Parts: sequence; structure tokens; C-alpha cells
Amino acid sequence: MTRRVAIAGVGISKFGELWDKSLRDITLEAGMYAIFDAQVSGKDIEAITIGNMSAGRFTGQEHLGALAADMGGLGHIPAYSVEAACASGGAAVRHAYTAIKAGEHDVMLVLGCEKMSDVSQTEAINTISVASDWEWEGLFGATFPTLFAFIARRHMKEYGTTEEHLGMVTVKNHANAVHNPFAQFQKAVPLEAVMTSGLLADPIRVLHSSPISDGAAGLIMCSEEKAKQFTDTPVFVEASTQASDTLALHDRRDICTMDAVVESSKAAYKKAKLTPDDIHVFELHESFTISEITQYEDIGLCKKGEGGKLLDEGLTEIGAKYPCNTSGGLKARGHPVGATGVAQIVELVLQLRGDAEKRQVQGAEKAMAVNIGGTGATSIVHILGR
Amino acid sequence: MSERGVAQVWRKIKSIYNLVGNHCTTCNTYYFPPRPVCPTCRRKGHLEDYKFKGLGIVHTFAIVRQAPDDFKRQVPYIMAQVELDEGTRLTAQIVNCDIQDVHIGMRVRACFRKITEYGQSGLIVYGYKFEPTMKVTGHP
Repeated sequence: MTRRVAIAGVGISKFGELWDKSLRDITLEAGMYAIFDAQVSGKDIEAITIGNMSAGRFTGQEHLGALAADMGGLGHIPAYSVEAACASGGAAVRHAYTAIKAGEHDVMLVLGCEKMSDVSQTEAINTISVASDWEWEGLFGATFPTLFAFIARRHMKEYGTTEEHLGMVTVKNHANAVHNPFAQFQKAVPLEAVMTSGLLADPIRVLHSSPISDGAAGLIMCSEEKAKQFTDTPVFVEASTQASDTLALHDRRDICTMDAVVESSKAAYKKAKLTPDDIHVFELHESFTISEITQYEDIGLCKKGEGGKLLDEGLTEIGAKYPCNTSGGLKARGHPVGATGVAQIVELVLQLRGDAEKRQVQGAEKAMAVNIGGTGATSIVHILGR
Repeated sequence: MSERGVAQVWRKIKSIYNLVGNHCTTCNTYYFPPRPVCPTCRRKGHLEDYKFKGLGIVHTFAIVRQAPDDFKRQVPYIMAQVELDEGTRLTAQIVNCDIQDVHIGMRVRACFRKITEYGQSGLIVYGYKFEPTMKVTGHP
């Protein structure tokens, strides 16, 4: 009999361009909030994992595991950072899950962080590009928006998806973020503003794209027994799965489908013994809004090609059948790359506890997060339940 | 230590100058860029160098308007995934083509061009871009 893994506490920093705060400040802030929330003491924590993509390039600092243990005053406990591009946060969560499941540790602090605004915009864009196949895509002039424009253009051609659909994701996620005090943009945007925003790589516009953000998020993950000591409202990890695909987008079987998302979500449903209709709230990974549309399809909310239709029917709004990105998603909550996968879990835990205030999905009992790296070369799925 | 990128680019000149990939004779699949292992056959695979004909069609494309410093002088430029006649796809710039003329399915062929410069006194990288066949041969 293997044991269940629980989340006993969550914490998050404000997301945004945080000029007055360093990587250390925001990471510590998120970790402390998680520790206070779980009401654990420092001596209970046995290890730290920290999801981060590229602190070395963004801030000139690596070796974040030791840094987190040091800044948190947590002494000699093991601490390591985990990298899987934009899925680094999800990888840190999964790493803690496997360690606790295996019985190696009972209580772990999971962090995700990225400080992106300390470098110029060009340097930030170049750093994000290395999440794709740098030698065979980036070197030739394909920026990250370019690769998602490839997907969008093909999706439009094959399935009749429109530019309005790309914009509707933005409008929905910004409307949700209005009620999320930690979001980078607590501001609604009208569709017209999205449709006339500057072009990055046609058909992708600025307002189809997640921003450059600073931010951190943290969790206390532990065994079921420990969770019962710390909290009356533990949330359980019902499934943690991961899949890989070709690093370069051009090597995929079909660029409109992220096979890694298909595989990891199928495996997660099977492990949790659930279907998409059993899940009450979703956090999806829309670094560009087209990827929220392909994820609707790839996780089985609709058939391939019908993602746009789902938006037309409003089925992914709060109060509808499949509420997606209640936090505001990457677009409006912000996308500090390494923090995102952990921030998704923070949002879902708040939803399952009934603590999501004005963006609460009533009666949410099961929740799912999809965290992808690059253009879908890594996909990490978590299903949570209370 | 070498100048930024010199060895990194030099060691793949064969592929980026002449479109040399490889071909698995076990499953008859072509790979570009060349793969160290055939992902279908793995240890049963047999990989041989193969020089691609350099002909293909545009599978998808984007017009790049915001680019990093190394590419800023070129905007707006067309990036595409080109599906080569041998069946594999690659990512390349499309040149000799107005941005309003590029379309999915457009027939293209490889040409040799300057890709980018690593800053003012840095390395100049050459390699493949693609251009519409119509412009060159007059044939569709």
C-alpha cells in the first residue's frame, strides 16, 4: 500500500515587474507564506525542491537549492533546483511527490521562482528562446512567439480557428485575474484591444502572449499522516504524471497536437480514476493563447479542432462546465517561468479549500493543472482532490 | 576559450551549409538535422549521411515583427516550417518573397544566405534559407 501525498500549505508572492525585490526576496516571501499557511515549523521541513528555469541567465545566480535553504534559515537539509523550462515548477512539485511517495521524506518545501525583469527585454527573449531547440530553431531567427504562430496558423488552416478565438482566451483570463490579488494584471481587457494590439509574429499579438514577470510560489507537501497533524483542510495529489516529446516543434507528428499533453493527461485520468467531466476546475498553460485552445482538445474537453467552439459557447468560464485559468492564467496572473507550475497548484488548492474568494468555483472537489515546457516538449499534469 | 559561437557553429557547418542530414536504411526515414539515434529503430537502426535535395513546401509560417537584436535589421521577415520532399520538416527563413505572398503549400527551395551576425565584431553565421521556386525557375 503506497501512501497518499498531501498539500498542507500554499504561498505566493505578488506577480509583476517587481523592481524593488530580488530573486531571494520573492522566493523567501512565497516560502514563508506557505510555511505559515501550513503552520509547520522550520524543523519539520526535511528537504527543499525549487523549480527554476534560468536564474543564471536572468539574474547571474545559480545553485538556488542551497540559496533557499540558507535564506530560509533551514540549516543543513538537502535542497535542489529542478529545470524543465516553463515546466520547471511542475517538475519541482512532481519531484517532491515522488520523494514523499517513496518514503524518503515526509515533509518538503516546494518552491518555484523566476526573476525576469533584471535583464533587458532582448536578453529576456533570448533566454526564453532556449526552451525551444535553440540550435535548429532559435539560431535561424524563430523567436518563441514565432513557434506559437506556427501552431496558430496551422490550427486556423486545418480547423477554422480564428483570431477572435485567440483573443477570447485573453479576455476570459484577464476577467478572472480582476479577482486575483496576486495577478500581474488585475485588469479586464476588451476583445477589440486584443485584436488591435501590436503584432509579435503574425498572427500572434502582444495581448495573446504571456508577459515577462517576476514572481514566486511555494507549497508544503507531506505525507497524509503529517498533513492531518498540520491542517484540517489538506488537499491530496490524486495523480502526478509527466511526458516528453521532440524538443523541436518541426519534428512533431502534428504541430496542432501536443502529444506529451495527450499522454500525460490520459495517464493522470487513469491514475486518478477520473474523466474530464469529473474535474471542476483547470489551470492550463497558455504561454500564448493558442496553447490554451490546443490544450482544451489535448486533455479531452472537446474533440481535436473544436477548441474555438468551446470558447464560443463560453464553456471554460467560471460558472460554466470547465472553468479554466480562474487565476488569470499565464496571460494575466503573469508567467515568471519557473514559478508558474507551482502557482497553478497554489490556485487549485485555494479553489478546493473554498478560499478563492470572488473567483471561487462553487463546490470544486477535483482540479487539474497542465504545465508545459517549451513548445510542448515536456508536459506535467497534476490532479488534486479534497 | 573561443570567440562566442565559433566552435558551436563550425562543428555543424556540413548540415547548415549543405543540408546534410541522415537516412535510416532500416526504416527508410530521413532526418534533418541528423540524429544520433533513429528514434524508430534505435539499436537496429542504420544511419547514413544524406544530402537533402533542398526542395519542399511551406507547412506553416509567421511574419516576425519583434526580433532579438541579432535579427532586428531584418524585420519584418518570414519564418516557416518547410516540409522537405523527403518527408522531414525544418525551421527556416523564407526570402525573395513579399510578406503578403507567402502561403501554406507554397513550393520552396533552399538557398545559401547569411543567417545572422553575433554583434558588430562577432561571428557571421551562414546557412540555409528558402525561396519560392517560381521566382527562380519560373515553374510552379
